[in-house]
Amino acid sequence: MNYETVIGLEVHVELLTKSKVFCGCSTEFGGEPNTHCCPICLGMPGVLPVTNKKAVEYAIKAGLALNCEIAAYSKFDRKNYFYPDLPKAYQISQYDLPIARNGYIEIEVDGKTRRIGITRVHLEEDAGKLIHEEGKNNSLVDLNRTGVPLIEIVSEPDIRSPEEAWLYLNKLKSILQYIEVSDCKMEEGSLRCDVNISIRREGVDKFGTKVEIKNLGSFKAVRRSLEYEEKRQREVIEEGGELIQETRRWDEVRGVTVSMRNKEEAHDYRYFPEPDLVPMVLDKDWIAEIKANLPELPDARKERYVKEFGLPAYDAGVLTSSKALSDFYEECISHYHDPKVVSNWVMVEMMGLLNEKGMEVEQIKFKPEQLAAMLRMMDQGTISGKIAKEVFRDMFETGEDPEVIVKRKGLVQISDEKELERIATKVIEQNQKSVQDYKNGKQKALGFLVGQMMKETRGKANPQMVNEILKKLLG
Amino acid sequence: MEIYRLTIHEAHELLKKREISCEELTKALFDRIKSVDEKIRAYITLDEEGALQKSREVDKRKDFTNPLTGVPVAIKDNICTEGLKTTCASKILENFIPPYDATLSVRLKSRDAVILGKTNMDEFAMGSSTENSAFFATRNPWDTTRVPGGSSGGSAAAVAADECIFAIGSDTGGSIRQPAGYCGVVGMKPTYGRVSRYGLVAYASSLDQIGPITKDVTDCAMVLNAIAGRDIMDSTSADIPVPDYTLSLKPDVSGMKIGIPREYFGEGIDAEVREAVLNAAKVFEKMGASCEEISLPHTEYALWAYYIIAPAEASSNLARYDGIRYGVRAKDYEDLIDLYKKTRSEGFGAEVKRRIMLGTYALSSGYYDAYYLKAQKVRTLVKRDFDQAFKKYDFILCPTAPTVAFKIGENTDDPLKMYMNDVCTIPVNMAGLPGISLPCGFSGNMPIGLQIIGRPFDEPTILQAAYAFEQATEYHLKKPCIDSDTASSGEQKCDKEPDAGKGVIA
Repeated sequence: MNYETVIGLEVHVELLTKSKVFCGCSTEFGGEPNTHCCPICLGMPGVLPVTNKKAVEYAIKAGLALNCEIAAYSKFDRKNYFYPDLPKAYQISQYDLPIARNGYIEIEVDGKTRRIGITRVHLEEDAGKLIHEEGKNNSLVDLNRTGVPLIEIVSEPDIRSPEEAWLYLNKLKSILQYIEVSDCKMEEGSLRCDVNISIRREGVDKFGTKVEIKNLGSFKAVRRSLEYEEKRQREVIEEGGELIQETRRWDEVRGVTVSMRNKEEAHDYRYFPEPDLVPMVLDKDWIAEIKANLPELPDARKERYVKEFGLPAYDAGVLTSSKALSDFYEECISHYHDPKVVSNWVMVEMMGLLNEKGMEVEQIKFKPEQLAAMLRMMDQGTISGKIAKEVFRDMFETGEDPEVIVKRKGLVQISDEKELERIATKVIEQNQKSVQDYKNGKQKALGFLVGQMMKETRGKANPQMVNEILKKLLG
Repeated sequence: MEIYRLTIHEAHELLKKREISCEELTKALFDRIKSVDEKIRAYITLDEEGALQKSREVDKRKDFTNPLTGVPVAIKDNICTEGLKTTCASKILENFIPPYDATLSVRLKSRDAVILGKTNMDEFAMGSSTENSAFFATRNPWDTTRVPGGSSGGSAAAVAADECIFAIGSDTGGSIRQPAGYCGVVGMKPTYGRVSRYGLVAYASSLDQIGPITKDVTDCAMVLNAIAGRDIMDSTSADIPVPDYTLSLKPDVSGMKIGIPREYFGEGIDAEVREAVLNAAKVFEKMGASCEEISLPHTEYALWAYYIIAPAEASSNLARYDGIRYGVRAKDYEDLIDLYKKTRSEGFGAEVKRRIMLGTYALSSGYYDAYYLKAQKVRTLVKRDFDQAFKKYDFILCPTAPTVAFKIGENTDDPLKMYMNDVCTIPVNMAGLPGISLPCGFSGNMPIGLQIIGRPFDEPTILQAAYAFEQATEYHLKKPCIDSDTASSGEQKCDKEPDAGKGVIA
């Protein structure tokens, strides 16, 4: 029996505003517990929220970048529930009139473009954090995060595989980073994701019973949990069992989902319009202005790389997948004439080292113009391609200028003809057998002699000149 | 005359001329409080030290340009005062000292008013008699066996008993106007959005409004001048210019059209109340205004819609009192849920619990449309009734409450009967309109309140009408007779038989 998987994602993203969404407190991550708080975000008696316009702007920006319609009239609602990380015992959120709705994201699956619908994007406030101390019978409350602006991005149930979910998340993250509304750091909680998954027999229109999965700490966890869950659901059905609508928790260590609560235990949030805030009339001109100022988005940038720089689609896709990487690349080519050469260095050497060290582009110590300078040193014959790799690694580790590294390590290429002739003569003397082979027509022997010269010069000899000089001396 | 009996404008004149000092005035009020508050019990918290210190500062500064400077005020205990306990008359906030001021407090302080203390109220402003205070009931200065009304009963009683020069209250369904009416003083609920709500502990956010309770209409205009206006801390405060309300104090209503809604004179309205209000209409007619009977057909539904909307908002507003961060926490609890349950069971009184339950139910999934949404539609209809009327009439005249102040304990076992007390005031909150109550007669010894309702942000017109009526009558000059002050001072004359007709101009 064939089954089709149906997945929908709910992604919460913290916005990069300087102050919180309903008060003036800092949104900075970290900080001593309960230091980024005031009577308003602490929910003290009598205080009132005032909406941060920047947060609304960022939500509109996100809506536009996700191809949504922006509401002309939007309002906030209260979502009521008791929990110690929620000081007012309600979250100011949006219920029936979100800022944006009916958008989409395009992802590439097996070379084909798939469009995943975005149901809605709404603005709300974050809750605080509970800290459970090991071995203690109490919990501590940190309200620094309370009131940090969040947008919730709800997808349509258009996703058909864990792989697509993974691609969707990467694309979403990339778009939000491009428009600079969020840093989308899952490890700092600035991007969080819940998923809904159900399966149904192929050809059946009706959705199967859906399960919500929580506690997903990384995109990898999202993919793994979905893979686990689609298999689990298939097994339940094939064994003649019945799925129940429930919320399950992903156990990262065991690699399984565990039931948290079922539908009957679900909360009744008693949503109603927030009376402390007047409804928002979102001015058309303002929306148009935000739209006009949207930066280039990843898909457009990828297309430009292919067209303008002649990069292969795959390379363009990799380079534009993250804004930080793409910005690094662009900065580099503004200092160097050949985009293709830069692309090779960025994709092979730089990304290789990043992967090896488990680092992010933001953590790179050297500047794009330093890479450009190194490439120019290659062009000028100051260093060879081989030496360049060594210089690059050093630059990656120390952040020093390539000139400094070359000098420090004595890596300047030997292009002095006399010096090279002296070394060539020595190599010829010591390798008469190879000389003989070469003279007998074995081209390979020349390679060996070149290698010997490189060895002699610790790789610093100008390879082109070495070739020429050897050929000349060997007649 | 004893200086504690002064109005704001009288006190201001004397302070300005240095005929009295602010310290003298403040001391006189604390003496007055010490002599009568045992009987009235208007205050929850007194700040004698702070007030006297402030009064000396004011005397030193010698700048009495602003009419409120150096004038002693009592503030309802649901308005935050930095460093001064703000309990909302609830056990759950028994120990709560706000680290911030309400905008109202900031505005009074910036004008150097002297804050005497915080007045008693129905717990979280839920009630019409001040009997729902978790601490004690306040008594009506005109008859201490009766309630002062509520929920701003402490503020109204303090003004009536001359335990302050003026007071501040809050009004969600009549909580300024009804106690002002019951205590024979002037109380105004301004238009929703006219006065900032920042720091007013929320009961029902879409209905709550802060306003003055004063000894006469002139004082009311002076206080409104100080407290009205846009506040960036309150998104629902209106960005509409604040006129000088004292310019409306003209004894002239000639040519004005007055609507008298028949729905406010029907069943349940006491005959003497009806007579006094209709008598007031005649006063206006004599001054050149014209009165016509009108209909506000959705009036009868307003009360019931209010008892959906207000509790719904309250159930959410009061959810924050969980014993986690401030206020009182239950002592013994098993786990988090138990902590919530015990704290809230012990911390809230019966009426508050009743409204939290009503509101929670009304917002519950599956009931929202039938209750909350329906009530909002009723609200729109109520507002539309008024909009229609105001196309033709300059203001509306009706009773403030169906009866005069009732006996303590009379309605405590019958919440529905208690709710009926607000039947004349609730529609005004539902429509967000300004309304003022002022004395217009007596039933026996008990004052009767006249309510004047105006267009949104048209406080000037209702102040003008109220001032004209006050100038034409003498009801506001009558003072209650509090037993102990006849004993302590021979000066006070008690009117044994107030005559409702006496004040009407011939």
